[in-house]
Amino acid sequence: MSEAASGAAAGAPAVLGQSSTLRINKTRKDGSAELRAAGAPAAAPAAVFLKALRARGFNFFTGVADSTVASLISELGPEYLSATREDLAVGMASGAYLAGRRPAVLMQNSGLGYCLNGLTSLNLIYKIPLLLIVGYRGYQGKDAPEHLVMGAHCEQLLREVGIPVFVPERDGLEESLAAADEALLREKIPAAIFIRPGVL
Amino acid sequence: MTTRESIGIVARKLDRELVVCTTGYTCRDMQACSDRPGNFYMIGSMGLAASLGLGVALSKPGARVVVFDGDGAALMGLGNLPAIGALAPANLIHVVFDNEVFASTGNQPTYSGAVSLDRLASAAGYRQVARAGTPEELSQAWDKIDHGAGPAFLLVKCRPDEGPPAERVRLEPEQITERFMEAVNAS
Repeated sequence: MSEAASGAAAGAPAVLGQSSTLRINKTRKDGSAELRAAGAPAAAPAAVFLKALRARGFNFFTGVADSTVASLISELGPEYLSATREDLAVGMASGAYLAGRRPAVLMQNSGLGYCLNGLTSLNLIYKIPLLLIVGYRGYQGKDAPEHLVMGAHCEQLLREVGIPVFVPERDGLEESLAAADEALLREKIPAAIFIRPGVL
Repeated sequence: MTTRESIGIVARKLDRELVVCTTGYTCRDMQACSDRPGNFYMIGSMGLAASLGLGVALSKPGARVVVFDGDGAALMGLGNLPAIGALAPANLIHVVFDNEVFASTGNQPTYSGAVSLDRLASAAGYRQVARAGTPEELSQAWDKIDHGAGPAFLLVKCRPDEGPPAERVRLEPEQITERFMEAVNAS
Protein backbone atom coordinates (compact mmCIF):
# COMPACT_ATOMS: atom_id res chain seq x y z
CA MET A 1 0.00 0.00 0.00
CA SER A 2 2.96 2.37 0.29
CA GLU A 3 3.10 2.61 -3.49
CA ALA A 4 -0.62 3.15 -3.59
CA ALA A 5 -0.38 5.92 -1.06
CA SER A 6 2.25 7.88 -2.93
CA GLY A 7 1.77 7.33 -6.62
CA ALA A 8 -1.52 9.06 -7.34
CA ALA A 9 -0.42 11.71 -9.74
CA ALA A 10 0.37 9.55 -12.75
CA GLY A 11 -2.97 9.91 -14.48
CA ALA A 12 -4.12 13.10 -12.85
CA PRO A 13 -3.25 15.83 -15.34
CA ALA A 14 -5.16 14.17 -18.16
CA VAL A 15 -8.37 14.25 -16.15
CA LEU A 16 -7.87 17.52 -14.38
CA GLY A 17 -6.62 19.38 -17.40
CA GLN A 18 -10.15 19.51 -18.73
CA SER A 19 -11.18 21.97 -16.08
CA SER A 20 -10.10 25.57 -15.95
CA THR A 21 -11.07 25.93 -12.30
CA LEU A 22 -8.09 23.94 -11.12
CA ARG A 23 -4.73 25.09 -10.03
CA ILE A 24 -1.65 23.55 -8.52
CA ASN A 25 -1.40 24.71 -4.94
CA LYS A 26 1.08 22.30 -3.48
CA THR A 27 4.05 20.34 -4.70
CA ARG A 28 4.91 17.01 -3.19
CA LYS A 29 8.36 15.87 -2.13
CA ASP A 30 8.66 13.73 -5.25
CA GLY A 31 7.93 16.72 -7.46
CA SER A 32 4.43 15.63 -8.48
CA ALA A 33 1.64 18.08 -8.07
CA GLU A 34 -1.28 17.86 -5.74
CA LEU A 35 -4.24 19.38 -7.46
CA ARG A 36 -7.18 20.98 -5.79
CA ALA A 37 -10.14 22.97 -6.95
CA ALA A 38 -9.73 26.70 -6.68
CA GLY A 39 -12.11 28.76 -4.62
CA ALA A 40 -13.84 28.11 -1.33
CA PRO A 41 -12.88 24.93 0.56
CA ALA A 42 -16.53 23.86 0.57
CA ALA A 43 -16.32 23.33 -3.19
CA ALA A 44 -13.70 20.59 -2.88
CA PRO A 45 -14.91 17.67 -5.01
CA ALA A 46 -14.75 15.18 -2.16
CA ALA A 47 -16.89 17.43 0.03
CA VAL A 48 -19.43 17.87 -2.75
CA PHE A 49 -19.48 14.13 -3.39
CA LEU A 50 -19.86 13.34 0.29
CA LYS A 51 -22.78 15.75 0.50
CA ALA A 52 -24.40 13.91 -2.39
CA LEU A 53 -23.76 10.57 -0.67
CA ARG A 54 -25.32 11.82 2.54
CA ALA A 55 -28.30 13.21 0.66
CA ARG A 56 -28.93 9.67 -0.57
CA GLY A 57 -28.73 8.32 2.93
CA PHE A 58 -25.29 6.70 2.91
CA ASN A 59 -24.27 6.52 6.53
CA PHE A 60 -21.75 3.70 6.95
CA PHE A 61 -18.30 4.04 5.40
CA THR A 62 -15.53 1.47 5.54
CA GLY A 63 -12.75 0.28 3.28
CA VAL A 64 -9.03 0.21 2.71
CA ALA A 65 -7.35 3.48 1.81
CA ASP A 66 -6.28 4.47 -1.69
CA SER A 67 -4.76 7.77 -2.76
CA THR A 68 -7.53 8.38 -5.31
CA VAL A 69 -10.18 8.36 -2.57
CA ALA A 70 -7.98 9.82 0.20
CA SER A 71 -9.74 13.17 0.03
CA LEU A 72 -13.09 11.48 0.66
CA ILE A 73 -11.61 9.58 3.61
CA SER A 74 -10.34 12.90 4.99
CA GLU A 75 -13.79 14.44 4.61
CA LEU A 76 -15.32 11.52 6.48
CA GLY A 77 -12.92 11.80 9.40
CA PRO A 78 -13.60 9.35 12.24
CA GLU A 79 -16.82 8.19 10.57
CA TYR A 80 -14.65 6.19 8.16
CA LEU A 81 -13.88 2.76 9.62
CA SER A 82 -10.64 1.33 8.32
CA ALA A 83 -10.73 -2.36 7.44
CA THR A 84 -7.74 -4.68 7.44
CA ARG A 85 -8.49 -6.00 3.95
CA GLU A 86 -11.03 -5.13 1.28
CA ASP A 87 -13.10 -8.31 1.58
CA LEU A 88 -13.47 -7.73 5.31
CA ALA A 89 -14.75 -4.24 4.50
CA VAL A 90 -17.33 -5.89 2.25
CA GLY A 91 -18.32 -8.17 5.13
CA MET A 92 -18.55 -5.31 7.60
CA ALA A 93 -20.57 -3.15 5.22
CA SER A 94 -22.90 -6.07 4.50
CA GLY A 95 -23.56 -6.47 8.21
CA ALA A 96 -24.26 -2.76 8.46
CA TYR A 97 -26.81 -3.06 5.66
CA LEU A 98 -28.55 -5.95 7.42
CA ALA A 99 -28.76 -3.72 10.49
CA GLY A 100 -30.46 -0.95 8.55
CA ARG A 101 -27.59 1.24 7.38
CA ARG A 102 -26.69 2.39 3.88
CA PRO A 103 -23.05 1.35 3.43
CA ALA A 104 -20.32 2.40 1.04
CA VAL A 105 -16.97 0.62 0.67
CA LEU A 106 -13.88 2.51 -0.41
CA MET A 107 -10.87 0.76 -1.89
CA GLN A 108 -8.24 0.62 -4.59
CA ASN A 109 -9.07 -1.62 -7.54
CA SER A 110 -6.22 -3.92 -6.47
CA GLY A 111 -8.55 -4.99 -3.64
CA LEU A 112 -11.31 -6.16 -5.96
CA GLY A 113 -9.78 -9.60 -6.30
CA TYR A 114 -10.04 -10.14 -2.56
CA CYS A 115 -13.67 -9.04 -2.69
CA LEU A 116 -14.94 -11.24 -5.51
CA ASN A 117 -15.90 -14.20 -3.34
CA GLY A 118 -17.81 -11.98 -0.94
CA LEU A 119 -19.50 -10.03 -3.72
CA THR A 120 -20.55 -13.18 -5.60
CA SER A 121 -21.35 -15.65 -2.82
CA LEU A 122 -22.76 -13.10 -0.37
CA ASN A 123 -23.93 -9.79 -1.82
CA LEU A 124 -25.25 -10.87 -5.21
CA ILE A 125 -27.18 -13.91 -3.99
CA TYR A 126 -28.40 -12.50 -0.66
CA LYS A 127 -29.42 -9.20 -2.29
CA ILE A 128 -27.23 -7.10 -0.05
CA PRO A 129 -26.51 -3.87 -1.94
CA LEU A 130 -23.23 -2.03 -1.44
CA LEU A 131 -21.88 1.09 -3.04
CA LEU A 132 -18.27 0.41 -4.05
CA ILE A 133 -16.12 3.52 -4.47
CA VAL A 134 -13.05 2.18 -6.19
CA GLY A 135 -9.79 3.92 -6.95
CA TYR A 136 -9.08 3.27 -10.61
CA ARG A 137 -5.37 2.64 -10.78
CA GLY A 138 -3.73 1.60 -14.02
CA TYR A 139 -6.31 3.41 -16.13
CA GLN A 140 -5.29 3.28 -19.79
CA GLY A 141 -1.97 1.73 -18.84
CA LYS A 142 -0.63 4.86 -17.19
CA ASP A 143 0.53 3.79 -13.77
CA ALA A 144 3.07 1.72 -11.88
CA PRO A 145 3.52 -1.88 -13.11
CA GLU A 146 1.59 -3.48 -10.26
CA HIS A 147 -1.56 -1.65 -11.36
CA LEU A 148 -1.55 -2.41 -15.05
CA VAL A 149 -3.21 -5.84 -15.28
CA MET A 150 -6.03 -5.01 -12.88
CA GLY A 151 -6.28 -1.56 -14.44
CA ALA A 152 -6.91 -3.14 -17.82
CA HIS A 153 -9.53 -5.62 -16.64
CA CYS A 154 -11.24 -4.35 -13.48
CA GLU A 155 -14.29 -2.87 -15.21
CA GLN A 156 -14.96 -6.06 -17.14
CA LEU A 157 -14.25 -8.19 -14.08
CA LEU A 158 -17.15 -6.67 -12.18
CA ARG A 159 -19.48 -6.41 -15.17
CA GLU A 160 -18.84 -10.07 -15.92
CA VAL A 161 -20.33 -11.12 -12.58
CA GLY A 162 -23.22 -8.69 -12.90
CA ILE A 163 -22.06 -5.64 -10.97
CA PRO A 164 -22.66 -2.33 -12.75
CA VAL A 165 -19.64 -0.04 -13.12
CA PHE A 166 -19.57 3.72 -13.62
CA VAL A 167 -16.45 5.72 -14.50
CA PRO A 168 -17.33 9.38 -14.13
CA GLU A 169 -15.52 12.57 -14.92
CA ARG A 170 -15.49 14.98 -12.03
CA ASP A 171 -18.58 16.80 -13.27
CA GLY A 172 -20.38 13.48 -13.73
CA LEU A 173 -19.92 12.17 -10.20
CA GLU A 174 -23.45 12.87 -9.03
CA GLU A 175 -24.96 11.45 -12.19
CA SER A 176 -22.98 8.23 -11.74
CA LEU A 177 -23.98 8.13 -8.10
CA ALA A 178 -27.63 8.43 -9.07
CA ALA A 179 -27.31 5.59 -11.58
CA ALA A 180 -25.39 3.36 -9.15
CA ASP A 181 -27.91 4.08 -6.43
CA GLU A 182 -30.71 3.05 -8.72
CA ALA A 183 -29.09 -0.39 -9.08
CA LEU A 184 -28.69 -0.60 -5.32
CA LEU A 185 -32.28 0.32 -4.62
CA ARG A 186 -34.01 -1.44 -7.50
CA GLU A 187 -31.98 -4.64 -7.82
CA LYS A 188 -30.43 -4.75 -4.34
CA ILE A 189 -27.01 -5.56 -5.78
CA PRO A 190 -23.62 -3.89 -5.42
CA ALA A 191 -22.64 -1.17 -7.87
CA ALA A 192 -19.24 0.41 -8.37
CA ILE A 193 -18.11 3.94 -9.08
CA PHE A 194 -14.52 3.93 -10.31
CA ILE A 195 -12.59 7.02 -9.34
CA ARG A 196 -9.67 7.90 -11.58
CA PRO A 197 -6.78 9.85 -10.06
CA GLY A 198 -7.74 13.49 -9.82
CA VAL A 199 -11.50 13.07 -10.01
CA LEU A 200 -12.03 13.51 -6.26
CA MET B 1 -17.62 -32.85 22.78
CA THR B 2 -18.40 -32.77 19.08
CA THR B 3 -18.83 -29.58 17.11
CA ARG B 4 -22.59 -30.05 16.75
CA GLU B 5 -22.93 -30.77 20.47
CA SER B 6 -21.04 -27.60 21.33
CA ILE B 7 -23.13 -25.55 18.91
CA GLY B 8 -26.22 -27.00 20.58
CA ILE B 9 -25.01 -26.03 24.06
CA VAL B 10 -24.59 -22.39 23.08
CA ALA B 11 -27.76 -22.41 20.96
CA ARG B 12 -29.86 -23.48 23.96
CA LYS B 13 -28.59 -20.48 25.93
CA LEU B 14 -29.61 -17.95 23.33
CA ASP B 15 -32.54 -15.62 23.76
CA ARG B 16 -32.90 -12.71 21.37
CA GLU B 17 -29.32 -12.61 20.13
CA LEU B 18 -28.54 -12.09 16.47
CA VAL B 19 -26.31 -14.97 15.38
CA VAL B 20 -24.10 -14.89 12.29
CA CYS B 21 -23.07 -18.42 11.31
CA THR B 22 -20.04 -19.11 9.15
CA THR B 23 -20.17 -21.16 5.99
CA GLY B 24 -20.43 -24.95 5.80
CA TYR B 25 -21.52 -27.28 8.55
CA THR B 26 -21.75 -24.47 11.10
CA CYS B 27 -24.83 -23.09 9.32
CA ARG B 28 -26.30 -26.54 8.90
CA ASP B 29 -25.67 -27.59 12.49
CA MET B 30 -27.18 -24.37 13.82
CA GLN B 31 -30.24 -24.81 11.61
CA ALA B 32 -30.63 -28.35 12.98
CA CYS B 33 -30.07 -27.29 16.61
CA SER B 34 -32.11 -24.10 16.66
CA ASP B 35 -33.50 -22.50 13.52
CA ARG B 36 -34.59 -18.98 14.45
CA PRO B 37 -35.18 -15.69 12.60
CA GLY B 38 -32.16 -14.10 14.29
CA ASN B 39 -29.82 -16.60 12.61
CA PHE B 40 -27.95 -15.38 9.57
CA TYR B 41 -26.76 -18.42 7.65
CA MET B 42 -23.79 -17.19 5.65
CA ILE B 43 -23.53 -20.14 3.27
CA GLY B 44 -20.65 -18.74 1.20
CA SER B 45 -18.03 -16.00 1.64
CA MET B 46 -15.80 -17.97 3.98
CA GLY B 47 -13.90 -15.77 6.43
CA LEU B 48 -16.41 -12.92 6.45
CA ALA B 49 -18.75 -14.02 9.26
CA ALA B 50 -16.88 -12.07 11.91
CA SER B 51 -16.69 -8.94 9.76
CA LEU B 52 -20.40 -9.22 8.98
CA GLY B 53 -21.13 -9.63 12.69
CA LEU B 54 -18.91 -6.63 13.39
CA GLY B 55 -20.94 -4.53 10.96
CA VAL B 56 -24.20 -5.60 12.58
CA ALA B 57 -22.85 -4.97 16.09
CA LEU B 58 -21.54 -1.50 15.25
CA SER B 59 -24.79 -0.54 13.52
CA LYS B 60 -27.11 -1.91 16.17
CA PRO B 61 -25.49 -1.22 19.55
CA GLY B 62 -28.66 -2.19 21.39
CA ALA B 63 -28.66 -5.74 20.04
CA ARG B 64 -26.54 -8.64 21.24
CA VAL B 65 -24.61 -10.03 18.31
CA VAL B 66 -22.97 -13.46 18.31
CA VAL B 67 -20.69 -14.85 15.62
CA PHE B 68 -20.43 -18.62 15.22
CA ASP B 69 -17.09 -19.05 13.50
CA GLY B 70 -14.95 -22.05 12.66
CA ASP B 71 -11.21 -22.38 13.09
CA GLY B 72 -10.58 -22.51 9.35
CA ALA B 73 -12.76 -19.46 8.73
CA ALA B 74 -11.29 -17.56 11.69
CA LEU B 75 -7.77 -18.23 10.42
CA MET B 76 -8.81 -17.17 6.91
CA GLY B 77 -10.30 -13.94 8.26
CA LEU B 78 -7.56 -13.28 10.78
CA GLY B 79 -7.62 -9.59 9.90
CA ASN B 80 -11.00 -9.45 11.61
CA LEU B 81 -9.42 -9.80 15.03
CA PRO B 82 -7.58 -6.46 15.19
CA ALA B 83 -10.54 -4.69 13.56
CA ILE B 84 -12.90 -6.05 16.21
CA GLY B 85 -10.39 -5.34 18.99
CA ALA B 86 -9.87 -1.77 17.81
CA LEU B 87 -13.46 -0.86 16.96
CA ALA B 88 -14.48 -2.73 20.12
CA PRO B 89 -18.25 -3.15 19.90
CA ALA B 90 -19.34 -3.96 23.46
CA ASN B 91 -22.25 -6.05 22.15
CA LEU B 92 -20.28 -8.61 20.12
CA ILE B 93 -19.40 -12.17 21.15
CA HIS B 94 -17.15 -14.08 18.78
CA VAL B 95 -17.38 -17.84 19.31
CA VAL B 96 -14.96 -20.08 17.43
CA PHE B 97 -15.86 -23.76 17.31
CA ASP B 98 -12.38 -25.15 16.88
CA ASN B 99 -12.23 -28.76 15.71
CA GLU B 100 -8.85 -28.22 14.02
CA VAL B 101 -10.14 -29.31 10.61
CA PHE B 102 -12.05 -28.08 7.58
CA ALA B 103 -14.94 -30.35 8.56
CA SER B 104 -17.28 -29.41 5.71
CA THR B 105 -14.83 -30.50 3.03
CA GLY B 106 -13.61 -33.77 4.56
CA ASN B 107 -11.68 -32.98 7.75
CA GLN B 108 -8.50 -31.65 6.19
CA PRO B 109 -6.34 -30.18 9.00
CA THR B 110 -6.13 -26.46 9.74
CA TYR B 111 -3.32 -24.76 11.70
CA SER B 112 -5.43 -24.14 14.78
CA GLY B 113 -3.66 -26.97 16.62
CA ALA B 114 -0.45 -24.98 16.29
CA VAL B 115 -1.75 -21.56 17.22
CA SER B 116 -3.79 -20.37 20.20
CA LEU B 117 -6.68 -18.46 18.68
CA ASP B 118 -7.71 -17.22 22.13
CA ARG B 119 -4.26 -15.71 22.66
CA LEU B 120 -4.49 -14.04 19.27
CA ALA B 121 -7.82 -12.56 20.34
CA SER B 122 -6.29 -11.30 23.58
CA ALA B 123 -3.43 -9.71 21.68
CA ALA B 124 -5.93 -8.14 19.27
CA GLY B 125 -7.71 -6.36 22.08
CA TYR B 126 -10.85 -8.40 22.80
CA ARG B 127 -12.04 -7.33 26.25
CA GLN B 128 -13.01 -10.81 27.44
CA VAL B 129 -11.42 -14.08 26.31
CA ALA B 130 -12.31 -17.58 27.43
CA ARG B 131 -11.64 -21.15 26.37
CA ALA B 132 -13.74 -24.29 26.89
CA GLY B 133 -13.09 -27.94 26.13
CA THR B 134 -15.97 -29.80 27.79
CA PRO B 135 -19.74 -29.26 27.91
CA GLU B 136 -19.49 -28.08 31.52
CA GLU B 137 -16.69 -25.64 30.74
CA LEU B 138 -18.59 -24.32 27.75
CA SER B 139 -21.78 -23.81 29.72
CA GLN B 140 -19.91 -22.02 32.50
CA ALA B 141 -17.80 -19.96 30.12
CA TRP B 142 -20.91 -18.72 28.30
CA ASP B 143 -22.64 -17.86 31.54
CA LYS B 144 -19.61 -15.88 32.70
CA ILE B 145 -19.51 -13.62 29.66
CA ASP B 146 -20.56 -10.09 30.50
CA HIS B 147 -22.72 -9.41 27.46
CA GLY B 148 -22.44 -5.65 27.50
CA ALA B 149 -18.68 -5.53 28.02
CA GLY B 150 -17.31 -7.00 24.83
CA PRO B 151 -16.02 -7.67 22.40
CA ALA B 152 -15.75 -11.15 23.88
CA PHE B 153 -14.03 -14.17 22.38
CA LEU B 154 -14.89 -17.74 23.28
CA LEU B 155 -12.74 -20.55 21.92
CA VAL B 156 -14.52 -23.90 21.97
CA LYS B 157 -12.19 -26.85 21.49
CA CYS B 158 -14.26 -29.69 20.05
CA ARG B 159 -13.93 -32.64 17.73
CA PRO B 160 -15.49 -33.14 14.30
CA ASP B 161 -18.83 -34.95 14.16
CA GLU B 162 -19.04 -38.40 12.64
CA GLY B 163 -21.84 -39.74 10.51
CA PRO B 164 -24.01 -37.87 8.05
CA PRO B 165 -23.95 -34.07 8.10
CA ALA B 166 -26.98 -32.01 9.03
CA GLU B 167 -29.39 -30.97 6.31
CA ARG B 168 -28.42 -28.14 3.95
CA VAL B 169 -29.79 -24.69 4.73
CA ARG B 170 -33.40 -24.75 3.58
CA LEU B 171 -34.04 -21.06 3.01
CA GLU B 172 -32.95 -19.28 -0.14
CA PRO B 173 -30.26 -16.64 0.51
CA GLU B 174 -32.67 -13.80 -0.17
CA GLN B 175 -35.12 -15.25 2.37
CA ILE B 176 -32.33 -15.43 4.93
CA THR B 177 -31.66 -11.73 4.36
CA GLU B 178 -35.31 -10.76 4.72
CA ARG B 179 -35.91 -12.88 7.79
CA PHE B 180 -32.74 -11.66 9.51
CA MET B 181 -33.51 -8.00 8.79
CA GLU B 182 -36.93 -8.42 10.37
CA ALA B 183 -35.27 -9.97 13.42
CA VAL B 184 -32.84 -7.03 13.58
CA ASN B 185 -35.75 -4.60 13.47
CA ALA B 186 -37.46 -6.45 16.29
CA SER B 187 -34.34 -6.63 18.45
